[in-house]
Amino acid sequence: MAEFTMPSLGADMEEGTLVEWLVSPGETVTKGDVVAVVETAKSTIEVECFDSGTISALLVEPGTTVPVGTPMASIDSAVAPPARPAAKQPVTPAPAPPPDLQPVPGRPLTRTERAVSTPLVRHLAEEKGIDLSTVHGSGRGGRITRSDVEHAPTEPPPRLRASPLARRLAQSMGVDLGGLRGTGRNGTIRADDVRAAAVDHLPREAEPREPVEKPVLASPAESAPGARAAIAALMTRAKREIPHYYLSTKVDLAAAMAWMRDQNTGRPVAQRLVPVALLLKAVALAARQVPELNGHWKDDAFVPANGVRLGIAVSLRGGGLTAPALADADTMPLPELMAALRDLVSRARGGRLRASETTDPTLTVTNLGDQGVEAVFGVIYPPQVALVGLGRVIEQPVAVNGMLTVHPTVTATLSADHRASDGATGARFLTAIERLLQRPEDL
Amino acid sequence: MNRDAALELIKEVLADVVPGADPTALSPEENFRDTLEMDSLDFLNLVEALSGRTGLPLPEADYPSLNTLNGCADYIASHTSPA
Repeated sequence: MAEFTMPSLGADMEEGTLVEWLVSPGETVTKGDVVAVVETAKSTIEVECFDSGTISALLVEPGTTVPVGTPMASIDSAVAPPARPAAKQPVTPAPAPPPDLQPVPGRPLTRTERAVSTPLVRHLAEEKGIDLSTVHGSGRGGRITRSDVEHAPTEPPPRLRASPLARRLAQSMGVDLGGLRGTGRNGTIRADDVRAAAVDHLPREAEPREPVEKPVLASPAESAPGARAAIAALMTRAKREIPHYYLSTKVDLAAAMAWMRDQNTGRPVAQRLVPVALLLKAVALAARQVPELNGHWKDDAFVPANGVRLGIAVSLRGGGLTAPALADADTMPLPELMAALRDLVSRARGGRLRASETTDPTLTVTNLGDQGVEAVFGVIYPPQVALVGLGRVIEQPVAVNGMLTVHPTVTATLSADHRASDGATGARFLTAIERLLQRPEDL
Repeated sequence: MNRDAALELIKEVLADVVPGADPTALSPEENFRDTLEMDSLDFLNLVEALSGRTGLPLPEADYPSLNTLNGCADYIASHTSPA
């Protein structure tokens, strides 16, 4: 019997809230399947399971916040996957979780519910839309058993399955989720479904618009206050513990931009590159060449990482920041890196990252160039030991062979942990980036 | 595509590419990449969607024409046959 536990989705994560289960007891899962959606202080993340088998019990109810490592579901790995699909009943009777595993519910339970039902029964009742206080318990001491719930008359309104982002969007766009057909797994309503519905409404409802001037962008106040607190805690820790040093260099991008323009000519938009893809590839290759900056500070020592997992700092609309990992950025061919980057950023903003993308980048890159600044000196994400900052690509006068000319340039900066490396190492790293970008065809 | 239809199209695509944005509140000459805080990936999504909806190749060299509502509308109207 394997356990599916609340995963650690980042060095600073201590607890998480189960938002929804994407599986039910009896369902067969394969290692890597997305089984649950978990909300951390920073974002909402799809979590994969690490075992294959049959879900025998869900131990935690949606809405519950539990510490990292808490068992959330048990997976019976011995049971062969049933031949028929959609087995909704557990293959083996699901044991009630021991008392110490009882989740702290998100909503206070009524005394009736607490006294006479188990979490599993409550989950089942919720799924079927049954109010437990109306169910007669046939078990010992009036306990409500699973069979009581299964045989209780079901009320028509089925539980609406919608992603957290879809719910938020629906609320802000005034879309009624009840009228939508979900295109996600098990008919789950996704954010795109809500957007599509909102677009459908537009032409008809375009006119009755209030004359009050509305902001062009949604206000940052909409983002969760917990996200701000999480960033505050992590950055305070970084500045308290890490003795940062900072380096900066200006990189001539004439060769890189000319090469990129050439590559993009004649290609459909979906296959075109953007400058940041080249820059990220150069950073990843430089990290491989200077491994002293690629890894983590653990127990008073630097632990170099195997492979380069670039953390990509993504600013979220409505405020906040997340830095999911782009795996194998150093070995991935440029077109693949570009596609992976687009996918990662769009899912980070859409609130649907996967757990494997939120764990332990080995080096983070922050790119504020699109916001118009020339240089950014960032704060390192512990336990990483360096952070690369990329500014805006701008046309600047440069001297080439004694002649003044104008080239596209970018300012690359490095914030590094002086416990793990010295300035000379950092300089070697920035110089490597500079050199790599002069030969874009080798990226 | 006539200019009015092109203008509607670009607003529709913007709302789709930048969730939470209200393109109807943009002024026609405003650089929406700045106003809507679009990064290069957002802009690529916009260009991709516009290209898909209009059938135009929208080469990279023409990106600078696509920073404002007016710019986009003029570009699309002048590069497509009036319908």
